[in-house]
Amino acid sequence: MAEASEPDGNRIHQGSGTKVSQPRLWHFHGGLKLDARTARAAAEPLATVPVPPRLILPLTQHVGQPAEAIVAVGERVLKGQPIARPSGYIAAKVHATSSGTIVAITDHPVPHPSGLSAPCIVIETDGQDERWDGYEPLPHYGELSANELRARVRAAGVVGLGGAAFPTAVKLGAGSGMKLLILNGAECEPYICCDEVLLRERAGEVVTGAQVLMRALEIFRCCVAIEEDKVLARRALEKVIESAGESRIEVISVPAIYPEGGERQLIKVLTGEEVPARGVPPDIGYLCQNVGTAAAVARAVLYGEPLVSRIVTVTGDGVARPRNLEVRLGTPIAALVEACGGYTDQAAHLLMGGAMMGFPLPDDSLPVIKGTNCIVVASREEIRPRTPSMPCIRCGECAEVCPAQLLPQQLYWHARSGELDQLEEYHLFDCIECGSCDVACPSQLPLTQYFRYAKTELWSRDRDRARADVARDRFEARRGRLEAEQEVRRRRLEEKTRAAERARGDEGARKAMIDEALERVQARRDQDGRDGTDSER
Amino acid sequence: MIAAIVVIAGLAALFGLLLGYAAVRFRTAGDPVVDRIDALLPQTQCGQCSFAGCRPYAEAILAGEADINRCPPGGEATIRALADLLERDPKPLDPDSGELKPRMVAVIDEPACIGCTLCIQACPVDAILGAGKQMHTVIARECTGCELCVAPCPVDCIDMIEEPVTLKTWKWPKPANPTETAFTRAAGQK
Repeated sequence: MAEASEPDGNRIHQGSGTKVSQPRLWHFHGGLKLDARTARAAAEPLATVPVPPRLILPLTQHVGQPAEAIVAVGERVLKGQPIARPSGYIAAKVHATSSGTIVAITDHPVPHPSGLSAPCIVIETDGQDERWDGYEPLPHYGELSANELRARVRAAGVVGLGGAAFPTAVKLGAGSGMKLLILNGAECEPYICCDEVLLRERAGEVVTGAQVLMRALEIFRCCVAIEEDKVLARRALEKVIESAGESRIEVISVPAIYPEGGERQLIKVLTGEEVPARGVPPDIGYLCQNVGTAAAVARAVLYGEPLVSRIVTVTGDGVARPRNLEVRLGTPIAALVEACGGYTDQAAHLLMGGAMMGFPLPDDSLPVIKGTNCIVVASREEIRPRTPSMPCIRCGECAEVCPAQLLPQQLYWHARSGELDQLEEYHLFDCIECGSCDVACPSQLPLTQYFRYAKTELWSRDRDRARADVARDRFEARRGRLEAEQEVRRRRLEEKTRAAERARGDEGARKAMIDEALERVQARRDQDGRDGTDSER
Repeated sequence: MIAAIVVIAGLAALFGLLLGYAAVRFRTAGDPVVDRIDALLPQTQCGQCSFAGCRPYAEAILAGEADINRCPPGGEATIRALADLLERDPKPLDPDSGELKPRMVAVIDEPACIGCTLCIQACPVDAILGAGKQMHTVIARECTGCELCVAPCPVDCIDMIEEPVTLKTWKWPKPANPTETAFTRAAGQK
């Protein structure tokens, strides 16, 4: 709570106080006041993208193990039919997002910063959009147990729709006895407004989702955090809460400071408590879910509808009519751009995600996946090429804005010189890669990329070490086995020598030994002749 | 005088017994320094260092019979880690032991395999599966890329390929020259 009086108060502006009973809010460290750039897209109503001719559904659309395909090429599938099952605890199902025929299960480029290909299921749609009714609607969810609700959420393949795509059912397994469910509607990253539009147009689903989640977690309080400038969204939500007579849900306006939508930052703002480093919010009694996730949970439970679509903001000066679209997962980005009136002459960059954490895409044939919240088609003016970096002058601006209270310049020095061990001491893994330090750096250093590089490098080192340990075990096991075999052979030889020595002089015994040996040879020959194969040696 | 001698002798005997007991009770198995060196080696078991595996190399390093720069699979990182541990100066890789290569994995051209089991006998980590006169295959997850199976194969059906990069193993590139980075995230800046 001491952080409430951070020195960089000039950067942080508290809620303007227009709301009547605004509870006390805290500040998180650092952060930036950014231009939201959502006005044009948020002004348009939500539209739906028509069924594209081809849907590309990657098997990895979530954090964790890739899903396993459970359909075959040539099979006809219906909208909402499971086509891949989770292959571990931290994994999520994939469902067909329209009816059609599976034409391929193959590697296809996926939206990922690496630009790599990964296994995908490709469906050629038949345009009928026929629905699969395998999941029974559960309108009386109030009578179901937490486990049953969680099973439904897992079956429906719901993952965190805020961008991280962590399987929701796993999060719901955090146990009961938590204090507060936080629904995160504070999308603070420039360009992104899909949550705002969702709250404005489908507040009912979000509220139902909150009720289901509270039931599933046995929590009795929920608050929905919305940025203070999103008045319409707040009003719509409050109206639904009022008409439902729901007293457990509270709407809280939070100041629009990037990266407030980060769950740790939001928890700090709402409660003043800090999630421990390397810990998760349930450790201190909170559970954070995106509002879109809540709506998806509501649909999964109430209507038996798996996660087959999501709302995506398509924006930037490069599209004719920026807006929010309800998109079937697997739809190529080109179809989204078309639904927004196509590209303008200014289109220069294609980004997935917002202006801060988004990554460039090589082309528009890539599909929308569960974690896709925003597509930015930016003009040259919107995203300028980085001016040449200058040396770090150790001004400390980066540390001032870091929401995780790290020392980015120190991390930068160590990452640059490859001293990876030091990085862990400086808590590299608490970096949320928000990019605030990049913007603050007067020398224009690509700090976040250094941190991402160092993180993947450290993970790779851990992986190598784990593999080396396995290899060591296997090597030792083999050595042990060979030694034991040799020992047995040596002992047998010794015994034979002894027997031969004993038999020396005794003609009868010698003859018996020779016969025995001949018999053994004959037996082996017979066996060889019978099965024609041999063991390893 | 006699009392003092008795007391001192008694104390000496007592401590001697204590030390003797501790030596037996808290005995450390093996040489912990060898273990620590071995832990830094990549466990490829390829023998490029001219020793029959990583552990023998670790023992040789400790005995001063081998230098720390003879492990090509470990590369520069291993040399640096060994130098740190043994408080020596890091040096470039010994060119006699081999060259730096990305991590490889062995692949058997299965139709060509005659089932001779020679590669199975050569594999230091039992990563090849097969039986006499039966097709063999490499368990890719366990293969260390040591290449020891390549030479014994009489029909030359084993290839070393680079391990494919997946979404899980992909690494962000180090910003080589910061001036060449593509974008700045200009949001919020005028």
